Amino acid sequence: MTQNVKTEQEIKSFKTKGHIHRAFDRLIRKKLAVGCLVILGIIYLSGITVDWISPYGYTDQDYTQIRQSPNSSHWLGTDRAGRDVFTRVLWGIQNTLILTFVGMLTGGLILGVTMGLVSGYFGGYIDAIIQRTGEIVSSIPTFFLILIISATVRPRIIEFVRWVEDNSFLEGLVRGGIVDYFVISLSLVSFGWIGTARLVRGQILYLKETQFIDAARSIGVSTPNVLFRHLLPNAISPLIVTVTMGMGSMIGAEIFLSWIGLGIQPPRPSLGVMLWESGNISVIRTEPWLMFAPGSVAFLMVLAWNLLGDALNDVFNPRTY
Amino acid sequence: MWNYIIRRLLWVPFLLLVVSFISFMLFRLGPGDPVLVILGNKYDPSSQSAQNLREELGLDKPLMVQFANYSVNFFQGDFGESYRYRGQSVRKLISAKMWISAQLSLAALVISTTIGIPLGFFIAHKQGGWQDPAIVTICLVVMSIPVMVFVPVLLWLLCLKNLWLPFWGGIPCSGWGGLFDQRIIVPALSMGLPGVAVFVRLMRASTLDVMKQDYIVTAHSKGLGPFVIDTRHVFRNAVIPIVTILSFSLAGLIGGAIITETIMGIPGIGRLAVQSVFDRDYPVIMAITLITAGFFAIANLLADITYALVDPRIRYR
Repeated sequence: MTQNVKTEQEIKSFKTKGHIHRAFDRLIRKKLAVGCLVILGIIYLSGITVDWISPYGYTDQDYTQIRQSPNSSHWLGTDRAGRDVFTRVLWGIQNTLILTFVGMLTGGLILGVTMGLVSGYFGGYIDAIIQRTGEIVSSIPTFFLILIISATVRPRIIEFVRWVEDNSFLEGLVRGGIVDYFVISLSLVSFGWIGTARLVRGQILYLKETQFIDAARSIGVSTPNVLFRHLLPNAISPLIVTVTMGMGSMIGAEIFLSWIGLGIQPPRPSLGVMLWESGNISVIRTEPWLMFAPGSVAFLMVLAWNLLGDALNDVFNPRTY
Repeated sequence: MWNYIIRRLLWVPFLLLVVSFISFMLFRLGPGDPVLVILGNKYDPSSQSAQNLREELGLDKPLMVQFANYSVNFFQGDFGESYRYRGQSVRKLISAKMWISAQLSLAALVISTTIGIPLGFFIAHKQGGWQDPAIVTICLVVMSIPVMVFVPVLLWLLCLKNLWLPFWGGIPCSGWGGLFDQRIIVPALSMGLPGVAVFVRLMRASTLDVMKQDYIVTAHSKGLGPFVIDTRHVFRNAVIPIVTILSFSLAGLIGGAIITETIMGIPGIGRLAVQSVFDRDYPVIMAITLITAGFFAIANLLADITYALVDPRIRYR
């Protein structure tokens, strides 16, 4: 009997690769997925470091250089106000990056996962309330929802931020665009949590009947521990896939909001605003780079997330491929 | 089954009530005084004419009374009067535009399904070959093009560059001329092609799932030809899950495509919604939101019922 008991040292050395680690190994063997990761890395890195790498300021106007096609001093040309398109695209990436990640982290992950865990684990009327709320929110089409929320909530938030400015030493908040960030994040969160909540709930409903959860409960593991240490890690793979695929629609929603005029306000640059300014046929005929630059960046970001999600789906569910 | 349907049907009015409450509160607590919207900003909100209008619209009553009045009228089919277009009932305003959006979305849906379903069925049979990943990737590429880029590029490509479609007096191919007008081609393509990816992936997954079933093996072993198996056994069973997504797309008909309609100048419901948000035309936005929400709820129910009808193994309690 005593011979079968392994020492702690032996157990540690016996440790195999984890689930995520193995999935990652399979992922980097896919050329397309690696390509997507590289593209996303380049785009996001240039968005993060825009302060250091952008050649001009985003509102710098050069009246001698209006509507220039791409050349050596303006890599992606200039727009109708003589501003450098390359710089503005980089700043637009930064805005999209911040907003979509904030939206996904708070809405999709924190709110959605918690809701899903609680509703799946406790069941009963808590489950009913959360699920019905999700049903009500999702019965309003996504674009309508973000349209309504951003239109009605924005002035309230502007008022609030002004009040904060007046009553504290903080200044330039409104001018700095914090209102836009707040409104867009709120709109993104409003629909972002439902998908993950439903997914996690479904997983939990199945997992909570399994024996290892019974075992954990019977040895007295506390409820938060059961939820976050035993249930959540087992639901992680579909969650990763959903979040990855959701990033594409988050980016789309953010661009839509700025495009329609309820998101980032000009002159501050965003991909949506740039696409609005250049989104007509006469621009395509005379200055195609104005649409090509922001359009292709937006396209590449959404495409890379979608393809990555597809690859991750294959990696995590080997059954279907 | 009937029990289930009745329970679900009872849920719809309740859902509408909650949605209307939320949107009502959002708009009333939101910016802009409706009276000022109607009279214009020059008017003093405390002037006599403003007071009169306020009384006429019932805006001087407490919020809850206003809401109760609104809901009672709504369920009787009276959506009120538009603030922007004075004297026009919202119902009239919306129904015409809703019909346009529905036609457009129907055309788009036909494009997505007629391309997507056969394509998904086809690549499921080519699993492991090069066609499968290639087609899925192409569909994802098309889906990822932002609509605000896709529409102008399509216009440029079809109308200006190649002159495949006629060019109407300065404004190329935009506007609305009905379901059988050439001007529907660009918007329908721009809405339909991105949707192909959804149907391809769904159809592929469900076909693969069906092909692994025992009854397919049985069909093979009793000597049925591949064509008969595909048409009679695989396709019929694989198309069931598509029914679900189809009824949601049907509900989306009413929602319309905000972006496409705005760019193409189509007087549909999506464009109306955007205009009303900017004009603070609350009765119109409320009505659009509520009607779409209602359609989604009913589509949800329809999906579940058809699911049970097509597949007798599914039972609801």
